[in-house]
Amino acid sequence: MELKNKFERAVVLFILFAGGLLVSLPFIWMILSSFKNDREVLSIPPTLFPENPTFEHYIELFQNLNFGVYLINTLIIVLFAMLGLLLNTMAGYGFGKFDFRFKEGWFMIVLVTMMIPGQVTMIPTYLILNEMGLTNTMAGIILPGLIAAFNIFLIRQFMVTIPDDLIEAARLDGAGEFYIFFKLIIPLAKPILAVQVILTFIASWNSFLWPLIVANDESLYTLSVGLALLQDENVTNYGLQMAGSAFMVVPIVVIFMIFQKYIVEGFNVSGIK
Amino acid sequence: MNKSKFNITPFLFIGPAVLLLFVFSFAPILVSLGISFTDMNLSGLANWSQINFVGFDNFVQLFQDEKFLQAMGNTFFYVIIGVPLAVGSSLLIAVLLNFFNNWVSSTFRVVYYVPSITNIVAIAVVWSFLYNQEYGLFNYLLSLINVDSVPWLEEPVVARLSLILLAVWKSNGVSMLIFLAALQSIPKMYYEAADIDGANRIQKFFKITLPSMGFATFFVTVTTLIGWLQFFEEPFVMTNGGPLNGTNSMALFIYQEGFQYSQFGYGAAASFVLFAIVIVATLVQFKLRKTD
Repeated sequence: MELKNKFERAVVLFILFAGGLLVSLPFIWMILSSFKNDREVLSIPPTLFPENPTFEHYIELFQNLNFGVYLINTLIIVLFAMLGLLLNTMAGYGFGKFDFRFKEGWFMIVLVTMMIPGQVTMIPTYLILNEMGLTNTMAGIILPGLIAAFNIFLIRQFMVTIPDDLIEAARLDGAGEFYIFFKLIIPLAKPILAVQVILTFIASWNSFLWPLIVANDESLYTLSVGLALLQDENVTNYGLQMAGSAFMVVPIVVIFMIFQKYIVEGFNVSGIK
Repeated sequence: MNKSKFNITPFLFIGPAVLLLFVFSFAPILVSLGISFTDMNLSGLANWSQINFVGFDNFVQLFQDEKFLQAMGNTFFYVIIGVPLAVGSSLLIAVLLNFFNNWVSSTFRVVYYVPSITNIVAIAVVWSFLYNQEYGLFNYLLSLINVDSVPWLEEPVVARLSLILLAVWKSNGVSMLIFLAALQSIPKMYYEAADIDGANRIQKFFKITLPSMGFATFFVTVTTLIGWLQFFEEPFVMTNGGPLNGTNSMALFIYQEGFQYSQFGYGAAASFVLFAIVIVATLVQFKLRKTD
């Protein structure tokens, strides 16, 4: 459908703009409030722009609160999530391009775990971690989320489309299996992996439930768990709360804006449409 | 490929992922099924001999547990109001964006997508501030047009609606992209033919656009429905199920039984009730689609 004239164009544009403003309002308010001092942030009527912009809340996050530690923990989780993505890719390649005994059976395990709601496995996964002595350790936070069945499935769907002849030719040239994987398959899978890298980064940066369940010591907290703690301990200090939130949200939004092209195109690559 | 000789290579590729998936995702399903028939709790965790087989007691007890029944009712409330709103609003945004094929579409696509990539805790902190009865922006804006202060999170029914508003805001992104991709794949000539026949815009929307997007709508509805049945993070971080259990959901109930009261067996049983509901709801959707 197309718009007939300039007036209609203006109306639709206005609706989009107003809606966009409403959708962005929480973020705009978060950023503006994070620069207001303690008195101004609670003032009624509220001010739109901070009268005396201050960085005190951001400084407090790192000086009096442990946001430095939380940030490092979060980055460790992000790093391992990328390793997890590599394992997912290897598995997707294995399922897509090899024949082996009980392949269907193994793949069934992947499919079943994909369909089970997270709440079903939440309690027993904790019990298993407890038996392994991994509660309150970084390994316990990382391991349950390392492998994503849906990603294996998605990557497998892509791998199937790579011609066998290409891999056979490389084998005849004497290339080793892992050489083929890293030098031939990964470059071919770039479009889909680019999307996966961004989505994995976002998901692991935001990961909340497992760090919350597994970590008891504050030294293991991630940014999201630390932020929840900050909210509990500084109930009315909204300036500080907004600064903590902005510190979590802004990096992810910036990264998304830089790479959003790949995500939008990735939807066509993954064939969901 | 040579099938007669055992080849280790594929297992090197799938091994690590499948092993981890088996231990942390597949085995738990079996464990969950097992303990849902026991009275396992904190003392059972320390000493396995304390765990007793109780048959279907947990399931019977669940359906007599008022807190669980209320959580179930709340979950249906979330689904019945939230799913149509979420699907409808993302479809509306996609249709509006599809009118443009320039910077407008690419810019607003990002704007509407951003909430879905942001951290739920940060979102909750910001929205709690916006929803604050005294200092919140929403009540201030309403006071400008002489509306009394709304108890956004203090009154059960209003609190449920507030959480739905937040969740719809957060969930639009992905569905919007799927709808947009579907809209762009509708051949232009359908509309040109309709123009020649003198069809108006409403007719075109209902006779061409919607029918051509059957699969996308179905896919989005099913995944949205499954997601809303497992509604968890919003009540968990915003209200922790309160006030008066008014925003508690089934998924949150499972978390509370498991990790706050350490009733592992009971919580696992509740998780299978939720799982059963998800399966039934999905099958009904597939059945409805077939009769179309």
